[in-house]
Amino acid sequence: MATRPDTIYFFGTCLIDLMYPQAGVSAMQLIQREGVNVIFPQAQTCCGQPAWNSGYRDEARTVARAQIALFPKPIPVVIPSGSCAGMMKVHYPELFANQPDEAQALDVAGRVYELTEFLVDVLQIELKDLGEPVKVAVHTSCSSRREMGVADKIESLLGQLSNVKRVEQIRKAECCGFGGTFAVKQPEISASIVLEKVETIRATQADRLVGQDAGCLMNIGGAMEKQGDAIPHQHIAEFLWERTGGVA
Amino acid sequence: MTTEFRHNVTLNLAKPNVRANFRKAMDGLMSRRLDQFPDKAELERLRTQSMAIRANALSKLPELLEQLETNLTRNGIHVHWAETPDEANHIVLAILQQHNAKSLIKGKSMVSEEMGMNHFLEGHGIDCLESDLGEFIIQLAQEPPSHIVAPAIHKSRQDVAKLFNEKFPDIPYTENIDELTQAARRILRDKFYAAPVGISGVNFAVAETGTLCLVENEGNGRMSTTVPKVHIAVTGIEKVVEKLSDVPPLLSILTRSATGQPITTYFNMISSPRKPGEKDGPEEVHLVLLDNGRSNIYSDPELLATLRCIRCGACMNHCPVYTRIGGHSYGTVYPGPIGIILEPQKAGLDVHGELTQASTLCGACGEVCPVRIPIPTLINRLRYDGVRKDASTTVGTGSRRKTGEAAAWKSWAWAASHPAIYNFGAKTATRLHGLFPSNMGAWTNVRSAPQLAEQTLHERLKAMGVDHE
Repeated sequence: MATRPDTIYFFGTCLIDLMYPQAGVSAMQLIQREGVNVIFPQAQTCCGQPAWNSGYRDEARTVARAQIALFPKPIPVVIPSGSCAGMMKVHYPELFANQPDEAQALDVAGRVYELTEFLVDVLQIELKDLGEPVKVAVHTSCSSRREMGVADKIESLLGQLSNVKRVEQIRKAECCGFGGTFAVKQPEISASIVLEKVETIRATQADRLVGQDAGCLMNIGGAMEKQGDAIPHQHIAEFLWERTGGVA
Repeated sequence: MTTEFRHNVTLNLAKPNVRANFRKAMDGLMSRRLDQFPDKAELERLRTQSMAIRANALSKLPELLEQLETNLTRNGIHVHWAETPDEANHIVLAILQQHNAKSLIKGKSMVSEEMGMNHFLEGHGIDCLESDLGEFIIQLAQEPPSHIVAPAIHKSRQDVAKLFNEKFPDIPYTENIDELTQAARRILRDKFYAAPVGISGVNFAVAETGTLCLVENEGNGRMSTTVPKVHIAVTGIEKVVEKLSDVPPLLSILTRSATGQPITTYFNMISSPRKPGEKDGPEEVHLVLLDNGRSNIYSDPELLATLRCIRCGACMNHCPVYTRIGGHSYGTVYPGPIGIILEPQKAGLDVHGELTQASTLCGACGEVCPVRIPIPTLINRLRYDGVRKDASTTVGTGSRRKTGEAAAWKSWAWAASHPAIYNFGAKTATRLHGLFPSNMGAWTNVRSAPQLAEQTLHERLKAMGVDHE
């Protein structure tokens, strides 16, 4: 278990930057409330994963190279997404293998934490639930579950909230069908997967859907909104911040 | 542009009964597998052990194949080498012709599917009959397998009842599975006695002892390999293992991963033709070892992991894409995650490269693979090979690179590596979020349009005075 740092870097991810900035703000506030200073390098953009998953490795590396330069200090890099964290932690070492800046990439990769992992394992955060009773369904992203191996962290955070009842959809571990560019390249298959995911989540009669990846939430949430009568969805950071008082 | 794959997908997604059949079958297979591995740590240990056995065999593949040939020959089994499916078919045909055989009976073999054996032999006047129940069903329906272990999994009990009724009007209509099975059994039983040649696949070929191992549940494999006078086994060159002691762990993880069985009903070890004084067994046994692109896969140190596969089908059972679109959508012999890495390598990325897109990269396949093939990693690698500009050993390298797409990624990389450009673009987009189209093509068919925030995270944090270095 890593020692508690004084300061961390925060990598907000491009999806959160553009679509869910409140999740990014909440994540940082949660960390700051624990007495940890947060640095947000303003030059950050995207981890490079879309190009990496499309086979455009040179382009992915160009973008990734601009990111690794932003995290020189030997402190954790916290990312509110299993997918982007997985890109940096698991795939940067592959992407930079035999490159002149391989050591720098490995150094950053070794300091990457997904947000819920950081809150639970490093900060050992203790949460006090101040919210009304609510039924929550969790969608764990495949990258959080399989690549980062941190699926249990979001559960343990929610488990600390006394008024939150977790309900579980069937086939919880199955992908939501987003897959980044997959949703664009194979829209019919992606649609068929997300519609089943929505059905299973609706069946839980949850009041809220939470997750640690904006991509999945945008996919599942968007499908529910299209149908109407959507179960509101929220990034786990935003949900935790709201439930625990939301004061810095 | 609608490709054949996209066409198949659209067609199959629109068949609610087929989708329901797959969903139900895959749910069953997944839960049966899970029941077989109650201890997660033990499962991970077994996966590593099995991976090691397969990796060891591949690391010495040329030597082991020589040893296998030597030992099989010593045991009286004829060994044939085929580089292409066509060569393999001609070898089989020549053996049939030597024996004036006009018919044969087959146990299940995916390599024979790879060869298109039935089609080829039927063109030469040979009557081929599938004896595996699933294969028997799809042969009646004139369809290819939709799953490598359960070839007729796309069909419901009712589908099979209707099919039997149509093909065998003498048999009373029934939807009772036992009665249907018994009907097939009666039909096949006579054929086993009449067929001069039996065909089978091979699950493991043991180099040390010259033994061909065959895993099956119905006994048709044993019948096909013991009753006819001649037995011809066909397999891929990668199926070799070094030692007899390698077999039990592989067999155990194979059956548990595939069908959730601790062991199959039958496990056959074929080590020679009938010996003097023996009461059964074929007089002649042949093994055809097919390459069909495997040597080329073998030549790449990363992609060679593809050849560790023991054909359990767990990757497809757990694949959200396969479960939705079914095996026939792929248009290849091997569907699902193993198919989308194997088929483009065999036929070339120019032919089947599109299949590498048939994955969300969720990782479920890699998680369950009993020999730890890093399938998502290899999918990513093949996507790279498809669009890269330099050379690689993969057939069809660079063939999927399209000027427009490549230019788009280049522009994207330029913008995302220049923060000022990125931030300007992001800021502009969010300012214009009200003007964003609510119809975004395929995305908005089933989803609302993504809502851009009014201010980016970059802007909000700057305003909040967060350290930004």
